[in-house]
Amino acid sequence: MSNYDKWDWDTSKKKVADLSAWKEKFPYIEELRVSHDGEKIAAIVKNEDMEFTVCIQSEGNDPETWENSYDKAWNLQFTPDDRLAALVSDAGEWKVSTDDETWENGYDFIWNMKFNSNGNIAVSAQKELLYSVVNNDTPWENEFSRLTDMVISPDGEKTAAVVESVPVLESEIFKFRQGCYSIAVNGETWDKNFMNIWNPCFSDDSNHIAVSVRTSYYDYYIAIDGETWDKSFSSVWEPRFSPSIYSVTAPVKRGGKWYLAKDGEIFWDRPYFQLWQQFYSPDGTKIAAIVAPEFGKWTMALDNNPWEIRFSEYLSDPLFSPDGNGVACLFKDKGKWGVAVDGKAWDCLFDMVWQPVFSNNGSHLAVKFKKDGFYHIALNGNIIDEKYDDLANPIFSPDNSSILVRGLQGSSYNRKVIKI
Amino acid sequence: MSEYKSVKEIEKDPKKNESKKIEDQGILKGLEQLTPEKIEIVINQVINDETGARLKVYVDTCVHCGMCSKGCHFFLSLNDPKFSPAGKVKQTLWEILRKKGKVSTEFIKDAATVAYTQCNLCKRCAMYCPFGLDVAYVMSVMRRICHKLGVVPLYIQDTAHSHSATMNQMWVKDDEWIDTLMWQEEEAQEAIENLRIPLDKEGADIFYSVIGPEPKFRAQLIFQAAVIMNAAHENWTMPSMPGWDNSDMCMFTGDYEMMERLKRRHFESALNLRAKRIVMGECGHAFRSVYDVGNRALAWKMPPIEVVHAIEYYNELFEQKKIKIKKKFDRPVTLHDPCNISRGRGLHEMARNIVKATCAEFIEMTPNREHNYCCSAGGGVINCGPPFKNARVESGKAKAKQLFAAKAKGAEVVIAPCHNCHGGLEDIIHHYGVDMELKFFGDIIYEILELPEL
Repeated sequence: MSNYDKWDWDTSKKKVADLSAWKEKFPYIEELRVSHDGEKIAAIVKNEDMEFTVCIQSEGNDPETWENSYDKAWNLQFTPDDRLAALVSDAGEWKVSTDDETWENGYDFIWNMKFNSNGNIAVSAQKELLYSVVNNDTPWENEFSRLTDMVISPDGEKTAAVVESVPVLESEIFKFRQGCYSIAVNGETWDKNFMNIWNPCFSDDSNHIAVSVRTSYYDYYIAIDGETWDKSFSSVWEPRFSPSIYSVTAPVKRGGKWYLAKDGEIFWDRPYFQLWQQFYSPDGTKIAAIVAPEFGKWTMALDNNPWEIRFSEYLSDPLFSPDGNGVACLFKDKGKWGVAVDGKAWDCLFDMVWQPVFSNNGSHLAVKFKKDGFYHIALNGNIIDEKYDDLANPIFSPDNSSILVRGLQGSSYNRKVIKI
Repeated sequence: MSEYKSVKEIEKDPKKNESKKIEDQGILKGLEQLTPEKIEIVINQVINDETGARLKVYVDTCVHCGMCSKGCHFFLSLNDPKFSPAGKVKQTLWEILRKKGKVSTEFIKDAATVAYTQCNLCKRCAMYCPFGLDVAYVMSVMRRICHKLGVVPLYIQDTAHSHSATMNQMWVKDDEWIDTLMWQEEEAQEAIENLRIPLDKEGADIFYSVIGPEPKFRAQLIFQAAVIMNAAHENWTMPSMPGWDNSDMCMFTGDYEMMERLKRRHFESALNLRAKRIVMGECGHAFRSVYDVGNRALAWKMPPIEVVHAIEYYNELFEQKKIKIKKKFDRPVTLHDPCNISRGRGLHEMARNIVKATCAEFIEMTPNREHNYCCSAGGGVINCGPPFKNARVESGKAKAKQLFAAKAKGAEVVIAPCHNCHGGLEDIIHHYGVDMELKFFGDIIYEILELPEL
C-alpha cells in the first residue's frame, strides 16, 4: 500500500459516494471495489450502449466512467498503489487496462492478474493457443503449450509458472510419466523436467524458486531452482522460504503421517494427521503451521508445539504479528467462524469472517465479519462501530491509534477513521 | 445397432458372457515394467502400511456364502460366479494375501481388469452380505496396489494425469474454463437480460462447482444452472481459477495423494472466497469424493464447508418456493437412483420430491432407491474407455431390463442426476434398443422454469 503514512488519518468520516445515482444511471453494476486508502469506489458497469466500462467516484465528485468501453471487462481490482486495473476485451483482443489506459500488447485471452507490493502487474496470456506470462506489458519471449500456477516475485522483476516443457498429448501416459513439466522463470525453463510441479514460490529476495514436484506416482520432492531434495516423500505440500536465511520448509508425508521438513530433513518430528500452511515470523526465527494432531481436530502449532485448543472444522488465514510475538488465525467450529490468538479463541462467533489484521505494534487485532446478514468490525474480540451492508477489510493507522473503516450503508459509501 | 426389443428378448438371449481378450495399453505396457520382486514389495507395502483391521476383518469374516451375488448387477447380468463380489475378491485380494504378495504379472493383469472394470464400487453387495462386508473397499485396495505398480487402464490413467496437471479431469486449460463461463453467461442472457455468472465473488451464499466434462462437453448445463440460480435470485459465484472441478478420478485409480491435492484445492477455492456453502452439479462420484472419501483423507471428519448436491439444492428451491414453474413436464418419467447419492447419502426421497414438483407422471423403476442397480459406468469403469465398453454394456443387462420394465409401464424419459450414470445409461439404451430419452433434473427444471420478468 503506497503512501500509507500520508493517507488522511484525521477526518473521522467522509461520505465518498451515494450509489443511488449509479443505480439510476447504469442498468448493470458488478461488485464494488474500494481503494486501499478508502478515497475511491469503483465497479464494472454497462453504459447506455450496453458496453462494459468502469465507473469510479471519489468524495465531492460525480461518478465518472472510463472514456473507453469494451465488449467485456472483468477482474477489476485496485493495485497495491491504488491504480484501478481490469482485464478488457475489444473485438476479441484482450488487454490490461489501468486507470483507463490499456497496455499496448493484446492477446486472445488473459487471466490470473497478480501484483507485487509495488503495483507491478502480471497476467497469464494465451495467443494462438500458445501460453506465456506478461509482466507490465512485456511478454515472455518463449511460449508454451500449457501454463499454470503463475507467480510474481516480491521485487516484481520476475514471473514464473509451471509450463509443459515437453509437449505431451492426451493419452500418452507413459511419456507423461517420464516428466513433461518444468518451471519457466521469465520464460526460461529449468534444465529438468518433472512428472508434475505445483506451488511455485519465490524467496523474499526474488532470487530463488521452490516448488513441490513428483517424479513418479510415489516419489514426491521439494525442488529449489531445479534441484530436488535428496529424500523423497509419499506426498508434500507447498514449500516456503525462510525470510532471514537461505532455507526452505515444507510439509511432508511419511508412513501416513505429516511432518514439517526443513532443507530435506524432518524438522518437526511430531507426526500429525495433517500439517499445512507453515509460515515464518518476520525475523524468521519462529515457524507456525496449521495442524491436525488428532483426526478431525485442528489447531495451530508454534515451533512444533500445538495449541491445546482444538477446532472441529477448519483453520485458515494464519499470521504472525509484525513483532513476531503473536500468532492469530481464523477457525470454524460447529458451523460458526471465530478468531483465535495465541491459543485462545475470542468469545464472539460469526457467520463468516475475513483475514485478520494485526496493528503495526502487534497489540491489536481486527477482523471484518458477517453476522445476521450484516457486516461489522471486531477489534480484540469486541464489536466496534455500526453495521454495514458491505465492508472492506479494516486497516490500522501507522501509529496504531486508529482504524480505517470502508463501508457501505444503504446506498452511501463512507470512509471512516475510528480512534481506538 | 440394438440387439434387443424387450425384457423377454434379453432373458432369452443364449449368449453367455464370453471372456474376451482385453488389450489395454495402460495395463499391458505397465506390466512390462514390473518384476516379481517389485510386485511383492509394493503389495506388502500397501497391505502392511495402508490397510489394517478393516481389510483383515473383511477377509477373515467372509464365510464365502455367496449371498452377495444377488447384490451385484454384474452377476445378475452375466450369471457367472466369477462376477459375484466374493468371486472378485477371490480373483484379487484373497490370492494376494494367501501368497503373501508373491504373484505373477499375469495375475496382476487379471486382477487389474477385475478391480478397475468389473466392479463399479457401488456398494450394493454390502447390503446383501449378512455381515455387511464392503467389497468395494477390497476392490479399492486392489486398485491402490495397481496404481502403485503403474498398471492402470490407459483412459482412466490419462484422466488422473489431467487432474494432476490441470486440477480438472478433462485437460481444460485455465483460459478455456473462464472463456466457457463467459460464453455461457452470454448465451444465458438471451433468457434473462443482464444475467451473470459472477466470477470470484467474495462472500457469496453459494459456490457452484461442476465436473470437468461440463465445460468440455455439456456446457449447456452451466448455462441452465446459471438461469436457475438467477431465477432464484441467488447470491452465487464460480471460481475463475483451478479448484472449480469437483470430480475425482484419482480416487478411483488409487492415486490417493492426488485425490488429497484435488480436494484441498476444491475446498480452499470455496473457503478462500468466503462462500457459505458449495452446491455441486448433478454428479455422483464427485459427491462421494467431496463428501466422504477425499475430505476424510485430508483428516476432516466432514467437509470443512457445507456441501450440497444438486438434488438437495433443487429440493430446497421447491420447498422454499424460490422458483416457479410454468407447467409440469408432461411426458411420463422414471428415475434412476445414482449409487453415490442414494446408497451413499440417502438423497433418493428428495429426488422423488423434485420429480413430484416438476413432472406430471412418474413411473418407479424396480428395484429402486438404495436398492437400485448401478448404471455399470460408476466407480471409474466408464472412464476406462473403449477397450472395456462392450463388457461394460453387457454388465448393464440387469439395468436394461429395469428400463424396459419402466418403459412397458409408459415411461418415456429417464431422469439420471449423475454424469457417469448418463454415460452408462446412454450406452445401455443404445445397445439394447431401449429407446428412452435421458435427462438431468437441470434439463427438466430449465425447460419448465418460469423466468423472472425482464
